[in-house]
Order: sequence, then structure tokens, then C-alpha cells
Amino acid sequence: MKTLITMVACIAVLLLSTMTQASSVETYTFTKPEYEVRFHMLNTILRCPKCQNQNIADSNSLISQDLRREVKRLIEEGRNDEQIMEYMVMRYGSFVLYKPKVERITYLLWYGPIGFALFGLLMLAFVVVRQKRKRQEHTNITSSTDSALLNENEQADIEKLLNK
Amino acid sequence: MKRFLLFLPLILFMVLGFFLYKGLYLNPQAMPSALEGQPVPEFKLITVSDTQRVVTKADLKGEVYLLNVWGTWCGGCRVEHPYLLDLAKSGLPIYGINFKDELPAAQQWLKDLKDPYQFTVFDVNGRLALDLGVYGAPETFVVDHKGIIRLRYAGILDSIAWKTTIEPLVLSIKEEARIGSLQ
Repeated sequence: MKTLITMVACIAVLLLSTMTQASSVETYTFTKPEYEVRFHMLNTILRCPKCQNQNIADSNSLISQDLRREVKRLIEEGRNDEQIMEYMVMRYGSFVLYKPKVERITYLLWYGPIGFALFGLLMLAFVVVRQKRKRQEHTNITSSTDSALLNENEQADIEKLLNK
Repeated sequence: MKRFLLFLPLILFMVLGFFLYKGLYLNPQAMPSALEGQPVPEFKLITVSDTQRVVTKADLKGEVYLLNVWGTWCGGCRVEHPYLLDLAKSGLPIYGINFKDELPAAQQWLKDLKDPYQFTVFDVNGRLALDLGVYGAPETFVVDHKGIIRLRYAGILDSIAWKTTIEPLVLSIKEEARIGSLQ
């Protein structure tokens, strides 16, 4: 019983600790409530250039703090989401976007999987059709030999045997 | 043809394996700079050594020069500093960008370790650095005679980096500038 309680307590602590993990330190006040919504949305889709596998909302590196401040400033200036993303790309390259833009160099990235899927389906169709044809040929051969076997001398032999 | 089809999966696997193997040795921190080929961004900031002096982009002069981002909080910058002094002695103009720092600490740094810079701008909130796409220090930019950023080098500038990447570029820019002035 005692061990059960400690186990539950441990699990509760673990769960709670993960909940508080992803929150940035500074608090900004916005002139409009929708600005705040956009601020948080943009922070989750912009990638921290220094700590490469975090977005700028999760990271607390110097550069992420700067970028959050900059996002706030740009929102308050009345720029839209596309303009803000463009602003970041101009400075840090397309690396800062978690969702890459559709461009010439990202065509393979975006359309490659579709191509692979089509190729797979094509191969599947090819294999299925070939199998089917093979089976059909096989049944044709066996049925023709069956009738051939039964029609000739063997037929007479069988009759003879049965009649005996 | 049938034989070949039999080997197709193996060939595909080997191609994939080759790229994955190569990927193991790539540096994930090395990113292409969006600023290469772009002009140096506009700025208007005071200098560290003379807080009365306001400098702008027009004050950056040279056939080819380096823009070096540093801060007293940055350990790598201390390692890099002696090499910058050597480079400055060889006649290459270097301009400093003091990135997110405290003024007295920065002034003390230049006094203690000597000053390789033509001047150092005091970029306390990191706006110029942000416009340059800087995400850490030290970082060094190579700028040509037309004020175009030609290279961004992230990391400590040492003799190896100088010999392999920066010096060849500096020499080629000097050559370009010479040809340009002849025409």
C-alpha cells in the first residue's frame, strides 16, 4: 500500500513537471487580445537558430528572447504573419521556418512522398496484374490437360475398370 | 532486365546508405547565411570607446573589411581576440560589433586585451546583430569594397579558418577591387 502511494506521488510529480516546462520567462502586454494569440502562434512556428530543435517559445537562449521581442514589436507595428515570417527569413534564412516554403529547392521535400506513394502503387498494381495473369494461364493449362487426359485411352481404361 | 530489377532494392539501399553516412559528418550548426550577397544593414549607434561618437554604415570603410561580433560574456571571443590583433596588425580593417553587453565591461575588455578594431559599435539590444542574422558570438562577416556581405563565419576565427576560408576570399575581393578601379 505504501509503495503504491509513493508510486502515485512520483507519477503525479513527473506529470506536473512536464506541464510547467514550456513557458517563456518574459510577459508582454498587448494592445489587442488577438495580437497575443498571434504572438504565441508565431512563436511556436518559428525555429530558434541557435538551439536547433526548439521553437522560440520553448527556448530561452539570448537569441530566442530577442526574436520574441522582435515578433512582439512587429505585431504591434501592425504587420501580418506573412510579413513577420518574411522578416525572419530575410535575416536567418528559411531555416527559421518549421514549415518550409514551397520553392524550387523544396519540391522534392514536398512532392517526393507523393511520388514515392505513386511509385509504390504502380509497383503493387504491376505485381497484382502479373500474378493474376500467371494464375489464369495456370488454370487454362491444367483444365486443357485435364480434358485431354479424360478424353482419350484413359477414359476407356477407367470405364473398363469401373465396369469390372 | 530481370536480373537488374532483382538488384534494384540493394542499389536503392546503397544510395540511401551513402547519403545517411555522409549526413553523419555534416555540421548541423553550419547554416547558409541569408545575408550573403546582401548589403550591410543600415544602423546608427554609438561606439564603445567614445560614447559621444555616433557612427553609421557610411563609416565602415575599406577595400575589404571584417565585421566581428563579440561580447565580454562570450568565452570564444576571448580565445579569438589575440588572432584579431594579429590580423589588424597586418593591415586588414576590422570593425567590432559589441553584442548585448555592458558598456563598462566592454570598455575594460578593450583596455585590458588591446583594441584590434577601427571602432566598435555598442549594440546593446542586439538590433544590428539581429539585422545581420547573428545568433551567437563570435561571428565574423567579410564585407567587400561595395559594402556587400560576402561571407558569414560563425565560430572562433583562428589561423586554420583564416587560411582555409577567409584569406582566399579576402585576396579575391582585393583582386576584384583592383580590376574595378582600373576600369
